Amino acid sequence: MNSDANPLLALAWTFGLMSLFAVGGASAAIPEMHRIAVDVQHWLTEKQFADVYAISQLSPGPNVLIVTLIGYSVAGIAGALVATLSMCVPTAMLAYYVSRLLKRSSDARWPALIQAALVPLSIGLMGASGFILARTSDRTVAAALVTAGAAVLASMTRLNPLWMLLAGGCLGFAGLIG
Amino acid sequence: MPLDSSSAAAPAPDLPTSAPPGLIALFLAFAKMSLAGFGGVLVWARRGIVEQHRWMTADEFNETFALCHFLPGPNIVNLTFVFGSRFRGLAGAIAAFAGLVGPPVVIVTVLAALYQRYGEIDALRRILAGVSCAAIGLLIATVFRMMLPLIKRRDLVGLMILAVVFVAIGLLRLPLPAVLLVATPISFVITFVMRRTGAT
Repeated sequence: MNSDANPLLALAWTFGLMSLFAVGGASAAIPEMHRIAVDVQHWLTEKQFADVYAISQLSPGPNVLIVTLIGYSVAGIAGALVATLSMCVPTAMLAYYVSRLLKRSSDARWPALIQAALVPLSIGLMGASGFILARTSDRTVAAALVTAGAAVLASMTRLNPLWMLLAGGCLGFAGLIG
Repeated sequence: MPLDSSSAAAPAPDLPTSAPPGLIALFLAFAKMSLAGFGGVLVWARRGIVEQHRWMTADEFNETFALCHFLPGPNIVNLTFVFGSRFRGLAGAIAAFAGLVGPPVVIVTVLAALYQRYGEIDALRRILAGVSCAAIGLLIATVFRMMLPLIKRRDLVGLMILAVVFVAIGLLRLPLPAVLLVATPISFVITFVMRRTGAT
């Protein structure tokens, strides 16, 4: 586990910094995770990144756990823990202090303004996440159809998302996606 | 940690809220919400905190979530932390956070180990490929649902900012910090000016 540049430090630095820029949550940070994990650090291949995303969606818990999986593939269990804590703790502390600050001041206008300004940014980031992941995974017409079908079903119905993930898995197992 | 409950902005509660939870109750409640939450915990967090345990009113929950949404980082983690601290200070924050993240981290680590050992098996590769196609569809649906209010309001400025960020990150693959350092101030100024002039 001891390579020349300590992988744990690299993970802590990467995800600690990334969390501070993760406006709109973990899904919005996926393009940046992809850029760093695949293109810059070569921790994962394109295919592995898509797999890791799929596993994180299949597991219960917050979406941020994709960093646990990236951390694990870099440095085992220690990597998983370091990546998870680096991604969660700095911004959680920030939220903790800001919420205490806001409780003291009665100016409720600023949060609304900040939110209105940031909402388009975070939607744009999440859209980019979808695009980047789709470009990796949807290499066949059938694959693209599964994505489109899940998108339409999830937009129009209140079906539990788990069913769509399972359906995708079954279609994949049957060899229909290639 | 003072429990300061007299915020001027706090709305009149529409539901009676129950007694503040202890550390173990916080841990267990968040572990349960987290393990129920496939593809996002927010829905379950809302259900648990507001409807089931009545630890917050719907308005208090929305306010807290809005705060955690505009701050960077994983929203639901921020929410958990802030929520826990409201009742039991830093210890409460840590208990709720441990409940939210602990059990799923164990599950996901086991899955990661299985993937590393068996990831090359053909059947598993095919299943994962199918799951990831569906998962991407779910993400696109979330984006669509979040865009709906902007479209309904005919918020052209917001949609334009959204499109620029999409192109910069998704197509040009520019680094996130650089894009945000430019886009955030611009979005702020535009939003502020638009609100000032009363145009929407």
